[in-house]
Amino acid sequence: MLSIKNLHASIGDKEILKGINLEVKAGEIHAIMGPNGAGKSTNSAIIAGNENYEVTEGEILLENEDISELAPEERAHKGVFLSFQYPVEIPGVSVTNFMRTAINETRKAQGLEEMPANQMLKFIREKSELLEIDRKFLSRSLNEGFSGGEKKRNEIFQMAMLEPKLAILDETDSGLDIDALRIVANGVNKLKSDKNAIIVITHYQRLLDYIVPDFVHVLYNGRIVKSGTKELAYELEEKGYDWIKQEQEA
Amino acid sequence: MSKYTEDDLKIELETKEYEYGFYTDIASDTFPIGLNEDIVRAISLRKEEPQWMTDWRIEAFRAWEQMTEPEWANVHYDKPDFQAISYYSAPLSKAKYESLDEVDPELLETFKKLGISIDEQKMLSGVAMDIVVDSVSVATTFKKTLGEKGIIFCSISEAIREYPELVQKYLGSVIPQKDNFYAALNSAVFSDGSFCYIPKGVRCPMELSTYFRINQAGTGQFERTLVIADEGSYVSYLEGCTAPSRDENQLHAACVELIAMDDAEIKYSTVQNWYPGNKEGKGGVFNFVTKRGLCEKNAKISWTQVETGSAVTWKYPSCVLKGDNSVGEFYSIAVTNNFQQADTGTKMIHLGKNTKSTIISKGISAGKSQNSYRGLVQISARADNARNFSQCDSLLMGNNCGAHTFPYIESKNPTAKIEHEATTSKIGEDQVFYCNQRGIPTEKAIALIVNGFSKDVLNKLPMEFAVEAQKLLEISLEGSVG
Repeated sequence: MLSIKNLHASIGDKEILKGINLEVKAGEIHAIMGPNGAGKSTNSAIIAGNENYEVTEGEILLENEDISELAPEERAHKGVFLSFQYPVEIPGVSVTNFMRTAINETRKAQGLEEMPANQMLKFIREKSELLEIDRKFLSRSLNEGFSGGEKKRNEIFQMAMLEPKLAILDETDSGLDIDALRIVANGVNKLKSDKNAIIVITHYQRLLDYIVPDFVHVLYNGRIVKSGTKELAYELEEKGYDWIKQEQEA
Repeated sequence: MSKYTEDDLKIELETKEYEYGFYTDIASDTFPIGLNEDIVRAISLRKEEPQWMTDWRIEAFRAWEQMTEPEWANVHYDKPDFQAISYYSAPLSKAKYESLDEVDPELLETFKKLGISIDEQKMLSGVAMDIVVDSVSVATTFKKTLGEKGIIFCSISEAIREYPELVQKYLGSVIPQKDNFYAALNSAVFSDGSFCYIPKGVRCPMELSTYFRINQAGTGQFERTLVIADEGSYVSYLEGCTAPSRDENQLHAACVELIAMDDAEIKYSTVQNWYPGNKEGKGGVFNFVTKRGLCEKNAKISWTQVETGSAVTWKYPSCVLKGDNSVGEFYSIAVTNNFQQADTGTKMIHLGKNTKSTIISKGISAGKSQNSYRGLVQISARADNARNFSQCDSLLMGNNCGAHTFPYIESKNPTAKIEHEATTSKIGEDQVFYCNQRGIPTEKAIALIVNGFSKDVLNKLPMEFAVEAQKLLEISLEGSVG
């Protein structure tokens, strides 16, 4: 599904990613952990195509096609989805209208007709029921005045609507209380299939009790310095990131 | 090319022609340039007007001669040479048409390019249209249907001939000839426009609509509109404009007067997308408009405008809330891009008791444009319990444009309640990236964000107009981010 090879990226003169290698297959869940400033969010922004960062070396392959030169919307059309750590507000644009536009733009790019309104409504109803989202929520302005939990649920709702091949969840657990965390995690688990792949970015092991990863990677100083199974997450929880730092600096 | 860069976008937009930049070659009857009393008389004569109308024009002209062009607005432009303009231009084929087949095919072609199919309009939207091309009304539809309800909807020239007592009584009653420089000029030389009268207690069954456009090179257009809603009546009036692309600036100085008698309601909606000039700020229409409505007891006037065109806009649709319990509303979206300048807003003059006004203004600036809101809320001494709520929001794109707000409040009554809210925001890169990530390209993302920002006003437009307005917002802001 996703294959990242020797990825280097910088913002201005500062190199943030210093050679990332990552293989993610369909049906897998990967967790990327690491201390603040390790490059976790940068890595996900770059996969999604954020143009504030410059890729200086390496490639990003999605289903064997290099997407590193594509515009962010083109990557989205090919099935890349990023659940934002800080979803932005768009006043006056309802969740429904936003999703309708996103789906129809994607369909247009794929050479399909717009989705008929009744089918769209049915689709929205299905997905909102799946994620136990109150329909009133869908007519509110996108993320405007949403609580932390609502914002993250809305991200997962969008993921459900867009049915991506590769979903990257960037610190989806930040700002959530334990109940909201459970709801969001349940949503993600319902959406998981053997056709898609999920990358979960988090500081804490906590989220991984709910979204159980097949692999865990530790990102430190722009590189993946350790990879393992979910036990690695427990080890990190126990020993803290200092363990990694000491190992690296030794 | 796998990656569409900002530079590519810029090049594409620079080479993009104004969508409505075409010119129809219809033989026109045009006056020599310049303005003096003889020209004013000649216009009146050509239009076969009665003496009182000629006198009224002359009076206005003499006042205008003594006036100077106002300079207080936040706009900068080379003043038009009023002696270098021809003040009358009419398509030569002046015969009245029984059916569309008789209309000059070239003219019909023009309508087609504008996206106005008269037949479609007739069938689909139930809109009666009085189409004004270079000042003379050439096609009026639905007249019969309206006639059955006693509604008069015709050109102002026809009204002067057929309903002189109504015109004489109300013309200039809300905007006196000497009101301001442009109103005086308009009063002297207005070529045509629309007239509408809704009798007592009648609810006009359809939206009334006039399309204006400026066609002949170098002819200023001076429209005059008079809408009278008699006691307890209701009318919704739509005004839409497009003009072809020209190099020299074209002057437009219209006057619109609304009279809402006791318990009457007038909804007046405008979509204006006149040629804004090219990307260097060359050419474009000067739009100096005076619009004002008078509300008697329990009457209501709503102005809704979407302004995307013109190089320079100077326009303040206002309400004089004379009657007790009357209501005035102003909903506006003003978009400026490239070198456009807009100074627009409203005046709410509260004279009666328990009068209420609402002002919602959304200014969107892009490119190197300047967008100003200028509004006056005036509460007179006898206007007990007057209320006003104003909200002025500005949206900026890029770092080279400006948004300005000039709210004036004058209250002479201690019971007045006046609220004013203002916000300024910018379309953020993060908002655009968020949309991109969901598969929405940048242009579409901007349109979505702008539509969201403008929603409160778009919602006030009649359905079919709202769709057109949304498209216009999209067109006029293309290439404004980057």
